[in-house]
Parts: sequence; C-alpha cells; structure tokens
Amino acid sequence: MSRSTLVDRPIDATALIAEVTSPACGAIALFIGTVRDTNDGRTVTGIEYTAYLAMAEAELARILAEAVRLFDRPAIAIEHRIGTLDVGEISVAIVAGHAHRAPALDSVRYVIEQLKKRVPIWKREHYSDGERAWIDPTAPDCEVVA
Amino acid sequence: MPVVTVQLFASYAELVGSPAIVVPLAEGDTVSDLLRSLRSMPPASMLPDAPRIAVNRVFAQHSTLVQPGDEIALIPPVAGG
Repeated sequence: MSRSTLVDRPIDATALIAEVTSPACGAIALFIGTVRDTNDGRTVTGIEYTAYLAMAEAELARILAEAVRLFDRPAIAIEHRIGTLDVGEISVAIVAGHAHRAPALDSVRYVIEQLKKRVPIWKREHYSDGERAWIDPTAPDCEVVA
Repeated sequence: MPVVTVQLFASYAELVGSPAIVVPLAEGDTVSDLLRSLRSMPPASMLPDAPRIAVNRVFAQHSTLVQPGDEIALIPPVAGG
C-alpha cells in the first residue's frame, strides 16, 4: 500500500506507523520534519505552509509509486501539513515498512529528497521581529537545509 | 481570441498581487510563447524570466504545446518538508 495526503490538522506519526505495519514487516523507517526555531541567524516563531493542492497530491502519489518500484515494494505512508505551524510542530512525516531495513530506509530518504525538489509546497517563515519571508532553497544565500 | 488562466502561488502571487492572471493564447502557442505573452502584461513583469511551469498538474518543458482549457500554473521554487 502507499498513501499520501496534505492535511490541515496535526500529524499523528504513530497512526502512520500503524498504517504500514504488517506481519510481513521486519523493518519500519520513519522520518519526521519539524519547525525549527532559527534559520539563517534569525529567530523563527512559526512557518506558514501553502500548496498547489491538486498538483502536490498528484506529485506525491507519483513519488510514492516510484519508491515502490525502486525499492522492492515497501508499504509507504506520508502526510504533509498545510497552514500555520508553531516551532516544534511536525510539518511532514514519512513511514516505510518492508521485510528488510535497507528498502525501508532507502524509501524514506528517496521520498523526502524528491518531495523537496518536486512537490509544489511553499513556506513563509515568521520571525520574532514581526517580519515574514518566503523561503527559496535555490537562492545562493539561503541556508535552508531542514 | 482564446485565453488561458495561469495560476500563481506563494511569492509569485504576492509579486503580481493576484492568485491568477488571464493570458491570450494563439493556436500553436507553446509554454515559452505563453510566458512571453504573460510577461508583456504589466502586473506580471515582476516575475522571473524562466519560471517552472506546470501544465495539467505535471511539470512542463518550455516546448510543450498549450491548449485552451489546460490547467496552467507557475511554480515558484518549492520549499516543502
């Protein structure tokens, strides 16, 4: 199975783990992305995520289908949050289950790296001085690495 | 003349001051032609020269043909995760 969704409520990683767990699993890998309190030397108070929803859902489904094909048919579930998040909140959770650890770990890595390149989701950081800025990971002076 | 609606998101919507812009379309126009028409419209002149563009929810080449009724969107640098 594979499932991807954009959600506007808190992400429950435990529920995602349950979705991919089966008696055939010998390994379950989990990645959680969270909102960090600093970026490029500035104090971040929250992040606002927006998306081109229809395409983001479609692109995520394509990425999961690729991972299923590339890594020996893992079970994968992913949720990405949309809306305004506080520091420490989960922005994305990806879980992969497989008989063996390598396909589970490789799937999770593949999905998060492709998501960061291809899925039309954007974030605007809110800073402690009241300013807000759209993050452009392709800008030469941008140090966004999360 | 046929037109297409180009959806704008995030920083691009902010630059243009609108979530969408209607652009005239000639028969045989490619994504590249569409971008040229778009950039000749004053509110869109602030946009970058060669933004990523999606046609019907898939990233498109600049040589892709555009048809009336296609779902077109300009995609600012993505920052999910």
